[in-house]
Amino acid sequence: MEHYTMNLTLKVWRQKNNNEKGSFETYQVKGISSEMSFLEMIDVLNEQLIVEGKEPIAFDHDCREGICGMCSMHIDGRAHGPWAQTTTCQLHMRQYKDGDTIVIEPWRAAAFPVIKDLAVDRSSFDRIIQAGGYVSINTGNAQDANSLPIEKQKADDSFAAAACIGCGACVAACPNASAMLFVSAKVSHLALLPQGAPERKERALNMIAQMDKEGFGSCTNIGACEAECPKGISLDNIARLNREYIGAMFAGDK
Amino acid sequence: MSLNSKIPAGSIQEKWTTYKSTCKLVNPANKRKIEIIVVGTGLAGASAAASLGELGYKVKAFCFQDSPRRAHSIAAQGGINAAKNYQNDGDSVYRLFYDTIKGGDYRAREANVYRLAEVSSNIIDQCVAQGVPFAREYGGLLSNRSFGGTQVQRTFYAAGQTGQQLLIGAYQSLERQVALGNVEMYARHEMQELVTIDGKARGIIAKNLVTGALERHSAHAVLICSGGYGNVFYLSTNAMGSNVTAAWKAHKSGAYFGNPCFTQIHPTCIPVSGDHQSKLTLMSESLRNDGRIWVPKKQGDTRNPNDIPEEGRDYYLERRYPAFGNLVPRDVASRAAKERCDAGYGVGASKMAVYLDFKYNIMHKYGKAEATKQGIAHPDNATLYALGKEVIKAQYGNLFEMYEKITGENPYEVPMRIYPAVHYTMGGLWVDYELMTTIPGLYALGEANFSDHGANRLGASALMQGLADGYFVIPYTIGNYLADEIGTGAIATDHAAFVQAEQNVQSRMEKILNIKGAETVESFHKRLGKIMWDKCGMARNEKGLKEAIAEIQQLKKEFWSNVRVPGAINEFNTELDKAGRVADFIELGELMCVDALNRNESCGGHFREEFQTEEGEALRQDDQYSYVATWEYKGDSEFELHKEDLNYEIVHPSQRSYK
Ligand SMILES: Cc1cc2nc3c(=O)[nH]c(=O)nc-3n(C[C@H](O)[C@H](O)[C@H](O)COP(=O)(O)OP(=O)(O)OC[C@H]3O[C@@H](n4cnc5c(N)ncnc54)[C@H](O)[C@@H]3O)c2cc1C
Ligand code: SF4
Ligand code: FES
Repeated sequence: MEHYTMNLTLKVWRQKNNNEKGSFETYQVKGISSEMSFLEMIDVLNEQLIVEGKEPIAFDHDCREGICGMCSMHIDGRAHGPWAQTTTCQLHMRQYKDGDTIVIEPWRAAAFPVIKDLAVDRSSFDRIIQAGGYVSINTGNAQDANSLPIEKQKADDSFAAAACIGCGACVAACPNASAMLFVSAKVSHLALLPQGAPERKERALNMIAQMDKEGFGSCTNIGACEAECPKGISLDNIARLNREYIGAMFAGDK
Repeated sequence: MSLNSKIPAGSIQEKWTTYKSTCKLVNPANKRKIEIIVVGTGLAGASAAASLGELGYKVKAFCFQDSPRRAHSIAAQGGINAAKNYQNDGDSVYRLFYDTIKGGDYRAREANVYRLAEVSSNIIDQCVAQGVPFAREYGGLLSNRSFGGTQVQRTFYAAGQTGQQLLIGAYQSLERQVALGNVEMYARHEMQELVTIDGKARGIIAKNLVTGALERHSAHAVLICSGGYGNVFYLSTNAMGSNVTAAWKAHKSGAYFGNPCFTQIHPTCIPVSGDHQSKLTLMSESLRNDGRIWVPKKQGDTRNPNDIPEEGRDYYLERRYPAFGNLVPRDVASRAAKERCDAGYGVGASKMAVYLDFKYNIMHKYGKAEATKQGIAHPDNATLYALGKEVIKAQYGNLFEMYEKITGENPYEVPMRIYPAVHYTMGGLWVDYELMTTIPGLYALGEANFSDHGANRLGASALMQGLADGYFVIPYTIGNYLADEIGTGAIATDHAAFVQAEQNVQSRMEKILNIKGAETVESFHKRLGKIMWDKCGMARNEKGLKEAIAEIQQLKKEFWSNVRVPGAINEFNTELDKAGRVADFIELGELMCVDALNRNESCGGHFREEFQTEEGEALRQDDQYSYVATWEYKGDSEFELHKEDLNYEIVHPSQRSYK
């Protein structure tokens, strides 16, 4: 692979805090290597800003390997940027060429208020999990793990749903700012396993109720969430959630 | 103060059972009057907070990320060990115990390790019951793989995302307790100081990272579950925010630090690509099950690896260690890679890399097996390759994708290039059998403590230890202490100790902001990392360590006179947060070098060049160093050594051999 360096123009959303209005600022960065990650490019900009006596850009990140779900940049109109099934931190600069302009914004959703610059508050996701995204089992109550065989296909499907990293890109990508993909991933993860069965109905009902309470929009089957999800969480999960929800609504024995 | 490890009497098999049946208990009504602070919500912290909440204690949990689900544990890839012996291949509690002691190069405490092996099975049961979707076989039962340093298959996994799935399990249990009102969660909060009253841990000062406000939180016990300190090297496989601050503040408040120099350098990471590098990415050890490590036999060979014929390749691990081959422990594999690269056989642009090659197993192991399964009689190479590739993809797909995103190369086609990188810290706060530090009421769990891995941790054992500590050890041992606290009552946060601690934090932050120097925090961190990697990294010697200590002291002076941190205290200020962490790393770095200098032997990940066998293997000095080096903070750059002697009653230390 050929490596090269580039100069770029960055238009970055700056917002001091949740009370103040934000706006775009334009910056130039030089000598960016094609081997850098996107966030390493932001690091370069931030070092430059600090040396110039300016405030660096606040953004969330931690693992930088696509698993913690902390990074959250809307890049050129796409949640996590141009690469399919890739988080912001895994996007690499070989995507860009010398002279490019890149526009960077935070996730935009009523349920994700901006904290500062590109960092937003996603605690609404935690509250949705609190509403029922678990199996009620206390430590020490478990039986031998192999006393509960689970069909491989079911376990694999459950795992595929459980791969959700809770990043919120689905919400950011959705014109309605719906959290259905996130919620459906959690509901599917547990609904596909026998361990999740006893609380299945309450789980779907309570998590959806909490989602609505947090101010997420409704799902109108646009599919932007699936397209931008870095973990390839499938729309099938939303269909499953709808079935779970309807089933629970009409279940007489609830 | 003399160190009392509080190891229960009795045979090793009976110690934990005896302890559990004789330790003091707190009755349910009293539990509700007792508060516990848990700093950290990784596997150790989340499992502890959830379990203690379930028991009825009033728990407050803290993490610096925006959600407890994002703790660094989420990134663990390969798997978790447990002595289930589901594979019927000769595993047992004893064998897991033995492998861990041996893997740790005889520098871990036997009683703790035995307990770890004993509870390992319960962890898997617990996680499955929570809905952790571990990999399964077609029969519906759990699947296992091998990890380094063992000859059995005892590692449970969920593709290359085991840590994620385990943490989500613990996180769900934690959130359930939050919903039930038993745990209060403080995300985006960072512990800045420990508060002790009359010698007991009584609370913390935490900073709300969004508003910058300092908060006082009191409790009857404090658990430090803040993870490891590998980021002292700047570049490591740890998450960017992983830091030592909580543990270091505890140390400066009186908790002894155990074996700080014991660092694990992981053999299979994506090599450094340039100065811009902000972190390193691990390629899970599980890949060594199916990848063969080699370098060209010719120095400076620049041919495409696929053009180098079999006879031109040196599978140096298989050559040097025929019994364990590519599955030798990490410290051994890392040093062997360094040896080849230093000798001029390295590959890639930097020449500081070796190949990890899957071709052989794709074709011969999986391709052939699949062909047989599908009844293909004489498969050609392309068919074998296509069949085998699918199997590899199912096992490691996410790792291969990660590799390709970072390097732009397709590892199904060309071998991965890998090199060792800092990964884990065996050292940490010293704890006794009950996981209590030298400060009464202060506990340390998970990677933050020094306990179970000696001088080298075996793969897939950190997840096991974190969850053992949180789910199955602390719920018992903490009661033994808290039983005497039921009469204490609520602890007032207007006590002078809280006022003083808060003031310390406040003035330190003001000091940092007022320096207004010329050098960024990042630059100081990089410089520290370079000193540590060059002189306290994979190989260490007396001269280098002495130089490193002087250089770090100088760096500290420069930091406190020339660092530049913009912004203010009362706002979301990530640069200020980073500055505080780097200041603590600088102090820790010095102690690590002091410890490495003290330990005149090589053991596990600690390789002192002066102490090696003729074949370049680590040479322990059991008669002099069979102890835990435990350091007491005495003031700026002053540390006093206390020794906890290690007595091996069961496993007799011998020169480790993986040949
Ligand atoms: C890339 C990678 C892969 C790995 N793979 C494996 C594997 O396959 N198998 C295995 O067994 N081990 C593996 N490990 C090691 C293992 O993941 C860790 O040792 C383990 O997860 C540590 O868990 P922990 O709970 O102790 O700490 P962490 O998960 O690091 O959690 C630390 C917590 O403390 C909080 N915290 C820290 N400081 C403060 C503070 N001052 N105030 C408030 N909160 C604070 C953080 O927010 C976080 O919640 C891997 C490690 C890495 C880096
Ligand atoms: S569903 Fe996908 S986009 Fe949404 S939170 Fe989960 S991983 Fe992120
Ligand atoms: S920083 Fe963790 S997913 Fe991007």
